[in-house]
Amino acid sequence: MKFLNDKALERLRGSGVPDLSGTRYELRELIARGGMGVVYAADDEKLNRRVALKVLDAASANPDLTQRLLREARVLAQLEHPGIVPVHDVGALPDGRVFYTMKFVEGLRLDQHVVKVDSLPERLRLFLRICDAVAFAHARGVLHRDLKPANVMVGPFGEVLVMDWGLAKVLRETSESNDTVFARFAKENPGDEETQATAVTGHGTVLGTPGYMSPEQERGETEKIDVRSDVFSLGALLKFVAAGTEGNKGQRLPRALQAICEKATAKQPELRYGSVSELASDVSRHLDGLPVLAYSENILERLVRFYKRHQIAILLITAYLVTRFLVLYFFHR
Amino acid sequence: MNKILLGLLLGTVLGAIDGGTAYFTPSVRAMIVGIVIGSTFKGLIAGIAAGIFARKVNSVPLGILFGLFVGFVLALLVALKQHGYYFEIILPGSLVGMIVGWATQKYGAGVQTKHA
Repeated sequence: MKFLNDKALERLRGSGVPDLSGTRYELRELIARGGMGVVYAADDEKLNRRVALKVLDAASANPDLTQRLLREARVLAQLEHPGIVPVHDVGALPDGRVFYTMKFVEGLRLDQHVVKVDSLPERLRLFLRICDAVAFAHARGVLHRDLKPANVMVGPFGEVLVMDWGLAKVLRETSESNDTVFARFAKENPGDEETQATAVTGHGTVLGTPGYMSPEQERGETEKIDVRSDVFSLGALLKFVAAGTEGNKGQRLPRALQAICEKATAKQPELRYGSVSELASDVSRHLDGLPVLAYSENILERLVRFYKRHQIAILLITAYLVTRFLVLYFFHR
Repeated sequence: MNKILLGLLLGTVLGAIDGGTAYFTPSVRAMIVGIVIGSTFKGLIAGIAAGIFARKVNSVPLGILFGLFVGFVLALLVALKQHGYYFEIILPGSLVGMIVGWATQKYGAGVQTKHA
């Protein structure tokens, strides 16, 4: 076994490139750099597969961020869902930095993907898959808090993966009482102050991305953050997804869809959808040509929607009636 | 309701209504009962055929085309037997077939696969 001297260790720390000696991984390339950590592509030599390895940036590594990265890995490990990137392993580098590996997702970021999808219904169905993953996390008592196009990957087969749970908040109270991530967390980490606190982040700390962050998140009111904050981010994401390609940017969205976006991104949390499922259900209703909760339509809009929904039947019945009338008129005068 | 039963019921009802429109043609009004029975039977056959097709093929356009084909063939047979009224029988009969073909694709329960 070869040991690195302090000088070499310092040099590695300085360059920021993680030293993976002693682990089962071999570093390949840098994928992304975030506020807290860096994600690399690496090869798992034991299982002979490509993984994504997230490690703290050498310059910013400190016990607090180490705990945060560990927490992120543990939260992700509890969220087993096809729409959430799975964690494979957690470990430590020779320099002491913590890392975790997850599925290597080949595909495009949502913002790169939607510009290639011309069909609005197809883009909305994509959005619904994001909602599925987030709703699942909420059911397990976890808020994402940083939903934005750059944090959603779309795979080559259309699979959607919600990434970067680094700002996730574990709720104290969930619908599943004791069997929640938080409950397990609290048991496993009795000394972890952030886990024991209602919010992972203290009051006044602003975490998130402008434009996708809810107003309460922007104000740093972490105690007010609940599922409706993610609903806000999803509403902003819906606006982005619905706007779609550059060619569609100037086009007006259907009023019902606009109303859904507005309701989801209302400044006051109580005016938003109460849950991600409610938001997704309204988008589904819009896709199915049904009235949505966010918008009360007038009689003309109702008729247009009815026609669009039953277009083929209406055309066939009209064709039959017109044919019958013409046959009677022209052949039996 | 399964697709075959839906096709049977809808085809029967639409066939009866289609036959009933003969009432507005004074020259055949006397034969209205026979026409309604014949048209109902025609609709019933088209409905069952469209229902069976819908269970095997899941495509609205193909369902409509199949309905058109069945409606056309059955109406043609009736018209040939009548030695006349080709347009009066074939055009609406084909359209009834299309409606039933569409409805059986859109509604009704398909074949359910059982898992061990």
